[in-house]
Parts: sequence; structure tokens; C-alpha cells
Amino acid sequence: MRVFKRDMKLAVRSAGQWLNPLLFFVIVVTLFPLGIGPGPAMLATIAPGVLWVSALLAMMLSLDALFANDFRDGTLEQMVLSGHPLTVMVLGKVMAHWVISGLPLVLLSPLLGLLMQLPEEAYLTLLASLFLGTLSLSFIGAIGAALIVSLNQGGVLLSLLVLPLTVPVLIFGSGAVAAAGMGLETSAHLSMLMAIVFLSVSLSPLAIAGALRVGVAAGR
Amino acid sequence: MYRLAGRLAPWFGGLCLLSLALGLYLGLVVAPADYEQGDSYRIIYIHVPAAWMSMFVYVVMATSSAIFLIWRLKIADVVAEASAPIGAAFTAVALLTGSFWGKPMWGTWWIWDARLTSELLLLFLYLGYMALRGALDTPQGSARAAAILAVVGVVNIPIIHFSVEWWNTLHQPATISKLDKPSMHISMLRPLLLMVLAFQMLYFHNLMVRLRTLILTRESRASWVAELNPETGN
Repeated sequence: MRVFKRDMKLAVRSAGQWLNPLLFFVIVVTLFPLGIGPGPAMLATIAPGVLWVSALLAMMLSLDALFANDFRDGTLEQMVLSGHPLTVMVLGKVMAHWVISGLPLVLLSPLLGLLMQLPEEAYLTLLASLFLGTLSLSFIGAIGAALIVSLNQGGVLLSLLVLPLTVPVLIFGSGAVAAAGMGLETSAHLSMLMAIVFLSVSLSPLAIAGALRVGVAAGR
Repeated sequence: MYRLAGRLAPWFGGLCLLSLALGLYLGLVVAPADYEQGDSYRIIYIHVPAAWMSMFVYVVMATSSAIFLIWRLKIADVVAEASAPIGAAFTAVALLTGSFWGKPMWGTWWIWDARLTSELLLLFLYLGYMALRGALDTPQGSARAAAILAVVGVVNIPIIHFSVEWWNTLHQPATISKLDKPSMHISMLRPLLLMVLAFQMLYFHNLMVRLRTLILTRESRASWVAELNPETGN
């Protein structure tokens, strides 16, 4: 919990950390109509996929900084050595990361849905699916971020490691939004997303903690 | 282990050649042409074994990674490291031959079929694993980090596979239905099984050869390596 508060405080004080991924999200979504053409019918069909893929990429972008700063100034080493269960501290850190970079994406997404001509019925599902999806993306992505923590430049490598693992989240997330746009039932998609959230929140801290221990040992 | 691998390698290699020759002969010459697909079905003798091995090798890799994480057995890590490129090669072969077969049969090199997609993602997982290994320079750190990634990957593979399958059935229901597989005639099945055996042996042979190289590289400062005969390597 302390870790959570500390990370929140740090994030609030450095605006770039949470603002940049958000801007990235907006700009990428803006690029699609420019690249494909502004026809509303076309945009409405691709909107769920575009919004979801852009959110996914924005999350990847923000993951880079998750452990890197703490690793550089030695905080991470202190955490590993402190004797408190590392998995719990990791849980706090990743939750903070989600609140900082996941939640703003969720809150901003209806506005971008508007730009993408998303059908009205889909907004609630868009919010719900992104809410669940970004949460699990934070946890899955944190595994990758922890694995490459001792590297100086890991941005591309991080995406290479994490993106294949995020495929299920993307499928069910954009699937839910697309189904809602066509007026279909979305509960199946959302329950699958929920299942992925539970699975990733409960299991990935173990992998993250293990990877951080390795990283800290290798960095010394 | 080094010596054992050296002794086993020719046996696996020999068995591989033997079953390969027999399997290819039975598959390409003896087995009849398929009444629907003609001769082009014969690519399954390469395609199916490669696809099986692509998954088998990943399981081997993840299992040995888990063994390495739990018991800190160094040789398990060497096995995982040696397996990764071989598995990636099998995956690439499966994808390539699959698209060669898909061109005459489905009329397209690539469709977003569930199996194709998950095989492609498997290739990405292999490549990510190898990239992570290459990027971390300390052997100690890279070994355990890569092992964690392999284990995470094997937990994810079934999830990825089923989600992809579901995605596919949602989006394009039976535009190109998978060809019904009648239970194979024995004259076609026998070469297929032989080819699977051949690919398995090929993997073990390559694994043994790579194990020897990797052990030598890692232990290059140990005294027993210095005492090896440079001519025979034993």
C-alpha cells in the first residue's frame, strides 16, 4: 500500500509520465482516419480494433518506465533486500501504474470513440472492456518490464516479449466492443476478460518478483 | 554430459536418416495420391511433423526452464537455450510448408485461420525468447530471466490458442472450412508416423550437437576442456 502511495505521488509530480502515453493514444487514433480516409461507415467498422490496438500500444509505451527509474536509483534493490514480500510490493507498484496510465486511457476512450464514429450502443462496453483490459495489460506487461529491467534500452524488446502474450486481451476486448456495436450480447467477452484479469493479477506478481530479483542481481 | 551428448548424437542422427529415408520413400513413392487433393497432399509429410515438433520443442524448453528455476540445474538451462532456435526453425518450416500447401488447396498463401495464427504467435514467442537471451549479457541473469519468460509463455499458449480459435469462429465462420479429415488410410499414415519419428530424431540430434557446443562455450575456462583432444574433441 505504501508503495502504491509513493508511486502515485511520484507520478502526480511528473506530468510527462502519465500524460505522454495518453497523448500517444490520442495521436495514434487520429492517424487512422488520416491514413484510411474519413468515411464514417468505414471508421465505424474498424473503430473497436483501432481503439483497442492504440490503447494496447500506449500501455506498452508507459511500461518502459515502470521499473526503470526505481532500478536506476537503487530503490528496487532496497525493495528486494527489505525482507517484505516482494510480490505484495509488486502488486502495489503495478496497481499504481494502472491508475496512472491505464485509467486515463479508459476515461478518455469515449471521446476518441466519438471521433471514430463508434455506434452509440458500444460506449458502455468500450469503457468496461478497456477498464478490465488495461488492468490485465498492466500486469502482463509488467512481467516483460521486469525481465528487461537491467537493460538500458529495452523499449522494442519489451514489445517483442509482451505483445504476443496480450493477444487474448485484445481479442476479447475489441470483440466485446464490436459485438456491442452490432447490438449483440457482450457478457461472454467481458467474463473472459474478467477471467484474464483474475488470472494475471494472481499469477503474474510471482513472475514479476522473480524477474526483478534476477534483474537486480544481474545489475550489480 | 558433454561426452554423453557426443556419444548419443550419431545414434540420433543415424536413426533420423534411416526413418527419413524410409518415410520419404513410403510417403512420396509408395503411398497413393489423394483422390481429392492429388499429389500436393504429400507436403503433410513435412508439414505435420514440423508443426508437431514446434509445439513439442516449446514444451521441452518450458519444462527444462522450470526444472532450472526450481532445482538450479545448469544443464536444464543449456537444454532450453539449445532448443529455442531449433524450435523456431520447426515453426518457420511448418508455416512455410503450410502456406505452400494452402496456395493450391485454399487458393491463398495465408488466411487468418485459428491454427495458422496461433502457430505464428508461437513463432513470435520463440523469437522473443531468443531476443531476450541475446540482449542480456550476463549469462547468469539471462538464463533465469529467459527461463521465467519460457514458463510464462507456456502458461499463455493454451489461452492464446483458445482465444484465437474463438476469435476466428466469431469473425469468419467457415468461409473456408477446414477439409474434413477422413481417417487416414494406413498406407498414408505409416509414412507420416515415420516422418514424425524422423523429425523427433532430427531434433534430438541437433540438440545433442548444440548441447556440446554450448557446454564447451560456457565451460571454456574449465580444466577438463583444456585437456580435450583438439583433433577428436573427446
